[in-house]
Amino acid sequence: MEQHDINVIVNGQKLRRRVSARQHLIDFLRNELSLTGSHLGCEHGVCGACTIQVNGTAVRGCLMLAVQADGASVDTIEGLSDSGAIADLQDAFHKHNALQCGFCTPGMLATAAELVEQHPNADREEIRAHISGNYCRCTGYHAIVDAIATVLDARRKAAGGSGA
Amino acid sequence: MSSAPPVSFFDRPNSYIGRTVPRPNAKKLLQGRGTYVDDITLPRMTHVVFVRSPHAHAKIIGIDRAAAQEMPGVIAIVTGPELAKVITPWVGVLTHMKGLKSAPQHALAIDRACWQGEAVAAVVAETRAEAEDAAEMVVVEWEELPAVVDMEAALDASTPVIHPELGDNLAFRRELVTGEVDAAFAAADHVFEEVYHTGRHTGVCLEPRAVLADYQPAEGKLVAYQATQAPHMIQNLLAKHLNLTESDVRVICKDVGGSFGIKVHIYPDEMATAALSVLLRRPVKFIADRLESFVTDIHARDHRIKGRIAVNTDGEILAFEIDDRTAIGPYSVYPRTSAVEANQVVNLVGGPYKHKAYRASTEVVFQNKNVTCQYRAVGHPVACAVTEGLVDLAARKLGIDPAEIRRRNLIPDDAYPYTGLAGLPYESLSHHASLDKLLALMDYDGLRAEQAELRKCGVYRGIGLASFIEVTNPSSAFYGIGGARISSQDGCTIRLDPTGTIICATGVTEQGQGTEAIIAQIAATAVGVTMEKVRVITGDTDATPYGGGTWASRGAGIGGEAALQAGKALRQNILAVAAAMLQAAPETLDIRNGTVVDADTGNERLPLEEIGRVVYFRPDTLPKGLQPEFVVTRHYVQKDYPFVFTNGIQGSYLEVDTETGFVTLLKHWCVEDCGTIINPQLVDEQIRGGVVQGLGGALFEHCIYDDRGQLVNGSMIDYLVPMAGEMPDIIVGHVVSPTASSELGAKGAGEAGTAGAPAAVMNAINDALRPLNVSLTAQPFTPESILLALGKVQAGRK
Repeated sequence: MEQHDINVIVNGQKLRRRVSARQHLIDFLRNELSLTGSHLGCEHGVCGACTIQVNGTAVRGCLMLAVQADGASVDTIEGLSDSGAIADLQDAFHKHNALQCGFCTPGMLATAAELVEQHPNADREEIRAHISGNYCRCTGYHAIVDAIATVLDARRKAAGGSGA
Repeated sequence: MSSAPPVSFFDRPNSYIGRTVPRPNAKKLLQGRGTYVDDITLPRMTHVVFVRSPHAHAKIIGIDRAAAQEMPGVIAIVTGPELAKVITPWVGVLTHMKGLKSAPQHALAIDRACWQGEAVAAVVAETRAEAEDAAEMVVVEWEELPAVVDMEAALDASTPVIHPELGDNLAFRRELVTGEVDAAFAAADHVFEEVYHTGRHTGVCLEPRAVLADYQPAEGKLVAYQATQAPHMIQNLLAKHLNLTESDVRVICKDVGGSFGIKVHIYPDEMATAALSVLLRRPVKFIADRLESFVTDIHARDHRIKGRIAVNTDGEILAFEIDDRTAIGPYSVYPRTSAVEANQVVNLVGGPYKHKAYRASTEVVFQNKNVTCQYRAVGHPVACAVTEGLVDLAARKLGIDPAEIRRRNLIPDDAYPYTGLAGLPYESLSHHASLDKLLALMDYDGLRAEQAELRKCGVYRGIGLASFIEVTNPSSAFYGIGGARISSQDGCTIRLDPTGTIICATGVTEQGQGTEAIIAQIAATAVGVTMEKVRVITGDTDATPYGGGTWASRGAGIGGEAALQAGKALRQNILAVAAAMLQAAPETLDIRNGTVVDADTGNERLPLEEIGRVVYFRPDTLPKGLQPEFVVTRHYVQKDYPFVFTNGIQGSYLEVDTETGFVTLLKHWCVEDCGTIINPQLVDEQIRGGVVQGLGGALFEHCIYDDRGQLVNGSMIDYLVPMAGEMPDIIVGHVVSPTASSELGAKGAGEAGTAGAPAAVMNAINDALRPLNVSLTAQPFTPESILLALGKVQAGRK
């Protein structure tokens, strides 16, 4: 099996690893680095459970190869949690019970984090559209939309309050 | 002078019953720090990949594994006959379902595969990738056999019999007649009839089925980390078929990524994984991939029902009659059997109404497709679609408003106790209160006015209603009396630790619905401590009382009641010690917020930490005869009814685009009655999630097989499930009629959403299309089916 050396920053930590050319990024994160927060639901890019952030953009971990992450910065749910970057989203999800089994949740949060950064004025319909690549089989989505809307609102108020 | 004692524990100070509190276990899931089976790695762990039949029905002529065995990392390649030396086969029947038959089923097929996806060989390797590589090199020589795919033809003389030793393809037949059915139909002003189809679909748990089996030969112990809803059931089955002592099998079920009934069964590949661990004497992990999930996770809901309703011109319903047929695949699934769904359809049709006559028949047949079995709201959405479809059909023909015909026929709220026409007792239902609440929540009259206005502009909006009854809190009537070792009782062990923390171990399991939260709420309330002082243990057969787990909406009603009784008993035991320490009478004391207080005044006397310190570390200071019992177990089983029925009603508002056939869900409402509400937020979210699963069945989800028994849409790309963009906001309301069968009074809420949503959508679509004289009765209602009904596209295109 063809092997390659990669340099990658995962959750802020610089790593040098030798990976198989065919290994998916999500398998690398889960199996090689024990970052099991991101999950595998379908392995063909449909369900969104493996969504992580690569260079700040939400990416399907099952559609990207580990070698493609060479030189990139990868953030998983573990890193996003520890850095506090999505603390408000996590609090809102908790408060609204916007998760049940929690399997989709890390991917959903990565997608939601992208939304609140890039579309601060999104309305309910736009929130629904943005998270439409992430399956949730438990909640019916309503509470997730509520949680994200709450965060958008709070961030807008905070931005307005500081005169931004 | 003393204040009145609390009437019940609901009124106790610091009661958590009826309060929305965040789930204590949600934080770890939000940080990606849960533990699902695939997150667990053990030393010397191996991975298994199964070689599966590409044919619906085929004889195994030979299996050539020479090339595969040479592949890197391969540890073993095992066939059916080899594995059968370690694990015995099973037959999925229950004795109380008279006439139900099935054939012996093996962990790996022995000489014949009976559906596309049946495992015929197991490849075990160091890594999953290596196992997959090697599995591709296993060559199976097949002789394809004729496949039984059409359920209607399954019993015809010209159709091959799948298991010749059974004589025919009939697995089960049930007939039920109550009242003067023929007379009712003869006397009625009108008889309306229709044929309904509900599409075969499946659960699509986001976490696939998963087991990590770890046989420890030195001790003869098997530890199975399994994503399951019923750990003790799995423990029993693994022991029985691997010839182990039950206490030598430990099933650990940490976080589970969705189950919905899919994970309440045992699957041949899961049995095979455990057997492989015994055979190879090391840990073996099996994680189904998504394609395997589609062809092997149980399917459900594949029914054709001919229905008739007898009504008078004023809308009075006199009788229902159904003729149901369903096909279950080649085996009745072990151990719960695949006949339960059809049985439930018979039990539930016509359930909300006060008619006097009912005839039902169902035939359950074998076929060469994936097996079907219990999936969320077993039988409910099928029965509800038929019942509510017929009621709306009658309303439409008679020119009566759908809300009005229900008002005239729903069982009155003061009619209980009441025995439904299927012979099952209803303790206390609230159909009329629920209907009134729903119509108010929806602004039904306002929606009707809006619908009429928009119709003038060529906009086709529809309003659909669907009443339902829901089976919850089952007694032993489901499985126990049929000989299955599936517990209908559950237990809770609560202990007080020295720091004043209470630890609750419960037999019911956490699948994300919030079991751990509600057990903590009930225990905290019953003992008298704050939620922060409660820990809950679930999902470990070595650590929790023997119980049934999570299915049929029994967690709150059965597991919750056990927690309540255990908590109350522990409180009494703590007060006995406190009374000795304080030289007071126990009945003058209470525990509130973790402190023993004077019951009358609430004056603080002694924190639990202090009692814990004395009891555990200085028992010498306690009176000689006093033996503190700070570990208490109580069990509960519901014995008053076969099931504690609940009820509810749903409303759907949607728009049909007659040019494209697309249905846009605008809003959805559900009012239900689950008795005592322990945590309003968790109940609402159960309902919402359930509604969306029902909406999926109505509009998208369908396991489509071709005429050779090949599943043609077995991937997430092709099999559609509801996504956020297509789903509406869902408004939930409640009517509360606690069950008197327990002190807690809780009924289940897990099925309600799924039970009624498809019928509400069907009725709304047909309401929308009413001006065009079109009605649809075959789920799922796809754009294509709507355009076909409207005559805008032609059938038969490829």
